Order: sequence, then structure tokens, then C-alpha cells
Amino acid sequence: MPLADAATAPWSWNPLTDVQLMWSYPFMVNAFRAGAVIAVLAAAVGWFVVLRRQTFAAHTLAVVGFPGASGAVLVGVAAGYGYFAFCLAAAVVIALIPGAGQGRGEESALTGTVQAFLLACGFLFVALYKGFLGGVNALLFGSFLGISDGQVALLAVVAAVVLAALAAVGRPLLFASVDTSVAAARGVPVRALSTVFLVLLGAATAEASQITGSLLVFALLVMPAATAQLLSARPVVSLPLGMLIGVAVSWLGLTAAYFSPYPVGFYVTSFAFGTYVLARLWRSARTARSSRAAAGESRPRPAAERPAAPAGRAAA
Amino acid sequence: MNVSLPTQQRRDPTRGDAPVLELRDAAVRVGGRTLWSGVDLAIGPGEFTAVLGPNGVGKSTLLKAVLGLQSLASGEIRVLGAPPGQAGRAVGYLPQRRSFDPSLRIRGRDIVGLGLDGDRWGVPLPVPARFSARRRAAQRRIAEVIELVGASAYADRPIGQCSGGEQQRLLIAQALCRRPDVLLLDEPLDSLDLPNQAAVARLIGRICCEECVSVVMVAHDVNPILSYLDRVVYLAEGGAATGTPREVITSETLTKLYGTPVEVLRTSDGRLVVVGGPEAPALHTDRHEDDRRAEAGHADDRAPEGSAHAAR
Repeated sequence: MPLADAATAPWSWNPLTDVQLMWSYPFMVNAFRAGAVIAVLAAAVGWFVVLRRQTFAAHTLAVVGFPGASGAVLVGVAAGYGYFAFCLAAAVVIALIPGAGQGRGEESALTGTVQAFLLACGFLFVALYKGFLGGVNALLFGSFLGISDGQVALLAVVAAVVLAALAAVGRPLLFASVDTSVAAARGVPVRALSTVFLVLLGAATAEASQITGSLLVFALLVMPAATAQLLSARPVVSLPLGMLIGVAVSWLGLTAAYFSPYPVGFYVTSFAFGTYVLARLWRSARTARSSRAAAGESRPRPAAERPAAPAGRAAA
Repeated sequence: MNVSLPTQQRRDPTRGDAPVLELRDAAVRVGGRTLWSGVDLAIGPGEFTAVLGPNGVGKSTLLKAVLGLQSLASGEIRVLGAPPGQAGRAVGYLPQRRSFDPSLRIRGRDIVGLGLDGDRWGVPLPVPARFSARRRAAQRRIAEVIELVGASAYADRPIGQCSGGEQQRLLIAQALCRRPDVLLLDEPLDSLDLPNQAAVARLIGRICCEECVSVVMVAHDVNPILSYLDRVVYLAEGGAATGTPREVITSETLTKLYGTPVEVLRTSDGRLVVVGGPEAPALHTDRHEDDRRAEAGHADDRAPEGSAHAAR
């Protein structure tokens, strides 16, 4: 950690030397590796989260990760394992609540109650672990320090497994997400798919938390996917586009955090937010232009058919 | 009352004149209450059948029974000679009106495509269509059904931004993707404006003839589809009447079915008005509430459709 404090290096305006300098530290290289792995996974899972409107479930899972991580630190295990254990367990529990998958179970008061209690437990664990200064911030708002080679490997393996599972259920999951009743009539196991998806979401949330912290997971989980869906309505385009945006945002965030004294969570979230705002502006500009074009197309026609009409109106 | 009407060309020569869909003395109980019973029905290829009846009588449940999602209390259903639920891709289904969230950003074309392969596991490999014969065939079929329902102009727009009528056409295209022999439609004209009702009804009538698909459609109002119908199933609590519209939608048949005086009037433009039953049906907005109550087994009053037809 002291390394990082020393590493608030000056920005030289020469990208090549800047990147060379940054990547001369193994912890930075690992952070970039982990960032890429996590961004790709989070964007892929998040694409379905946006489609299924399950952001509350994602948020719940992320918050539940916090006591997991702080508890793990308390008992002397890497925080990453705590994230995985709690997020996956919470995903299974939410899936068991009746009505889950239709957006009711995960939005019940029960979920909110348990979420708040677990957050408080996390706070207690942090208090019990004396001398854990600055640790709360890292767990809640993200950090890129101290990601070891082994942890990068673990992240990559989990991401590979989750992506493979997501690819295996991808098409029926899309069907069940946009058109539940027809999918069910077609024999798609809608209920089972929503359970599987929650577990995959739990794993993705646990991964994303390790860069963005528990409270900022949406920066990688929701924002890139939402931005990509604004830019294209074609799944073939928007899914990879979301991954691309996620990787770009997290690498830019890491770079900015390295060359400035401010935390990585802020940068990643701000860049993701900025992209989303730009995409929204672009989208509304396009809609306005196309509706103006449609209006312009229809307006001249009646005028040409009835040349006397404007004159008559003027006279009136 | 079951008259087997002569129909157009048969799709499957091995099945000959066998009915595509057959119900024999079928009855359904939900929550300990018999919704309907004694339904005898044989639908040939390319026939257009309407399922009519008062609110909450179990019209949608009839479709669910055909899909195999609702088990029968007695009797039998055969879909293409097999028990319900086993005909798989031969049955297309359009559930009661869903409208997509305006912010759902998936193209209509992709929604239609899900009708073709949405239940296949895995994801399509991102290889360009020109290297994959299967992908080309799929794209051709999707374009074909979109053309068939006349949705080409807006198929590439996000479906959330399409109007109700446009969404309904795309959903019909989705149900048609796999060339089903039977198409089950649950109130597809519900909540469309009158010109759209007429247009979608015409479309369904045309699909029925041209594609030789047997359509079973739950309807609230028979008038928009009357001229295309081959057969009508009128459901009532406990009973049912089946036959051609001329046979079934008559004062005598409906009076006998409901055990209360019902009068069927024909307007000068050929529209049918069913008058009778002690109470006129509730407002349209309440109808789904009624359906839900009926499915929970709590509906009590069962009156045939009253002046609602006249109101339209």
C-alpha cells in the first residue's frame, strides 16, 4: 500500500512513457488484468440485468458482499473469498424467495430488511478488526491494490466458468427475459433459468465488487450494458459493445487513479456515467432528428395537394 | 353439433383428413369449480375457430389445456394426434396481450427470431451469415414472416417503441416462425383501436387460408372476425356449444346454453349483437380483473355477453 502512495506519479503527457511507468509495477499490471476480466464478465451479465430489470437484485447481492468481505478479513482470509461466499449464498437465497425472477421476490420488504441487517453486520466486523484503517473505504468504494497473481487467476477462472454457463443458457435466457409467457409455453424452463441467472449474477457481482467496492458495482455491472443497449438495439452488437465499454472505462479509471491522488472507484464510475450520459444525449438527438424527418416528410405533401390551404388559413 | 367442414389443401398427406385439434368431452376444473365441460371439437387444417363466452368462463384456460399447461378433469385433447404439450413446434401461441416496456431496446426482428430458435440452448456463434447456411435460412424465414404480417417497415425499430398494433403483428410473426399447424391466439384484438382490430383480424384470416394454419382465437367480440370464422366454440358455466357461427350464435342455442333468455340480433351491416342475461358485463377495464378472479375460482355470476357488442 505505501507503494501506491509513492506512485502518485506525475503525468508526463507522453502516453507511451506513462504506460511504461505504470506497468513497471506488477500490482498495476495485475490491476489491469483483473480490470479487464471483471469488466468483460460484468458487462455480459449486466446486459441481462438491464434487460430483466433486476438492478435491485444486483444491488442487494453487492451490499451482501460487504459483510462477506469484511468478515473474511476479520478471520484472516482474502476479502475476495468473502465476496464470493456471501454473494453466491445470497443469490441462492433470493432465488428461493417465492416470486423471484418476476421482479417481485427480490424487491420484497424481506430482501430490504435482510440487506440492511447484513450491511450492519459488515460494519461490526470492520469495527471488530482493529487497525483496519481505510479498509472500509476500499471494501465499499473499491481499490485496485494488492491483487496478486493468484487472485487474478482465480478471477479469470470464475469469469470463464460464468461466461461459459451464460453462453450455454444465453438464448433461452434472452427469450425468458423479454417474453416470459411465450417462452414458458415453448418449454423453456423459465423458473430454473432465473435461478441459474441469479447465481451467475452473484458471481459477477462478487468479481465486480473487488474493483469497484460493494457500493459502486453498478459502474461495471449496469452502466456499460445500459450504455450499449442505448447505442444499439441489436443484441449481436450491444452485448460485445458493453464489454468493450466496460474494459475501456475500467482501464481509464485505473490509469486516472494511478496518476492522481483520488480513488479508482470514483474514476471508473465517473467515466461509466459520462459514457452513459453521452449515449443518452446521442440517442435523444437521433430520436428528435428522425421524428423531425418524419414530420418534414409528411408536411409538404398536403401543402402540395392543396396549394390554396395556407392562403385560406392566412385569410381566416 | 360438430359439422366437419370441407377445407382447403391438407398440409400433411400422411394425416389425411384427421383433425388437427380434437377435444372429446373435455372438462376443466380450477380450484374445485368446473369451468366448462362437455366440449367436443374437431378442427381441420386451415380452419379459423373462435372461442367465445362471458368473462371468466375459462376461455384462456381452454388454450392452456391445448398447450398442456392445464390438465383436464375429464375427456381428452389430441393435438395432431398426440396428447397436449407434446406437439411442440407444431403449436404457435400468443398469450393475452402483453405490451413491451417502452424502454426495452431489442429490435422487433430479434423478438420474431426468438420464435424460431429462442428455446435452443447456447448462443449463436458470431460468424457472418454468409458462412452459415443455417443462419441464412433463419434470416430468410424471419424476413418472410415479417413480410407476411406486413411489419417490414418497423421490424428494425426497438420493439418498445412500436405501437400496440405493430407489436401485435410482430408477435403474430413470432408465433408463425416455425410454420405451426395450430396457432392459439388469446385475445389478440384486445386493446387495439377499431381500424387496427379490423386489420389484424383480416391478417389472421388471411394467414389461416394462405398458410393453412388452424387458428383458435379467444375473442371478446366476435364481430371483427365474424366474416373469417369457420367455427365457434361458445363456453358457458358447465357447458359448451360448438359449430359454425350460424348454428351457434342464435337465440335458441344460446338460450339453451345459458338457461336464460338470450337474443341474438343481426344489424343491417351483418354484425351480431347478443342481448340477454340478467346483467350486462362490466366495463372493459374490469375484464381482466374478472378473469383473474375466475382463475382463482371465485367468480360467481356468469352471464353471456350483453350489450357490449352493441356498444362497439
